[in-house]
Amino acid sequence: MLQNILFFVFAILAVAGAVMVISFRNPVYCALSLVLTLFSLAGEYVLLLAHFIAIVHIAVYAGAIVVLFLFVIMLLNIRREERAPGSIKYMVYLGVPLGLVLLYELVSIGFREFTDVYVKATDIGTVEKIGQALFSKYVLPFEITSILLLVAMLGAIYLSKQKLEIVSK
Amino acid sequence: MHGIPISYFLILSAILFSLGVIGVIIRRNVIIVFMSIELMLNAVNLTFVAFSNHLNNIEGQIFVFLVMVVAAAEVAVGLGLIVAMFRLRETVHLDDIRLLKW
Repeated sequence: MLQNILFFVFAILAVAGAVMVISFRNPVYCALSLVLTLFSLAGEYVLLLAHFIAIVHIAVYAGAIVVLFLFVIMLLNIRREERAPGSIKYMVYLGVPLGLVLLYELVSIGFREFTDVYVKATDIGTVEKIGQALFSKYVLPFEITSILLLVAMLGAIYLSKQKLEIVSK
Repeated sequence: MHGIPISYFLILSAILFSLGVIGVIIRRNVIIVFMSIELMLNAVNLTFVAFSNHLNNIEGQIFVFLVMVVAAAEVAVGLGLIVAMFRLRETVHLDDIRLLKW
């Protein structure tokens, strides 16, 4: 019972954060709402007994990605862009119904199936089990990950240090 | 004693994914569109972890780990691109960035 209450608390917080992300005009508020959603999702991972994923999720997303977002928002000083109109007006009236149709399609599966299977007590989500799998069977993807991160780092540095001279309007 | 049904997690994930899609469609600020893409990635991650628990299979969680790495790399490169585009065009408004459109 307590688990269900916790699930609903985290779910409501996550959905509220997501709604705030897509509705606030100020990007800083959006980034802070994203933190709310990400922390709630970490709570959901704990309820699914995926402890390693929950910790890594907080460390990577709240610790790195959102901080990077905030750095860029503050670096660019884009507050004057806030109320710029789109080229297609009334995009909201097109986008929200499309999103609701997608929501109906996705949710109908969730309501129809997997309703009588429950979260099992299992130890596959512990740091020990994930580490054993990551360093034995999945060691090649894990090592390739490091190359991906290196390439991403080089790309980001190259893009930021580049001299940009062509200003065409 | 029953725990939480797996379908609850699928429904939550569907709601978050749809909100991400709506954000990509209705928002015109590149950074917020990026955040919506992060929302979608997180929704899919939740589905992976839910099915990993349901099937008692560790591969779902390994995959979530790899998705997180890719998301981190994507954010690093994407924000670098946004900074470069801002220095070139002085805008983060999506309708002003149409170098590849005519």
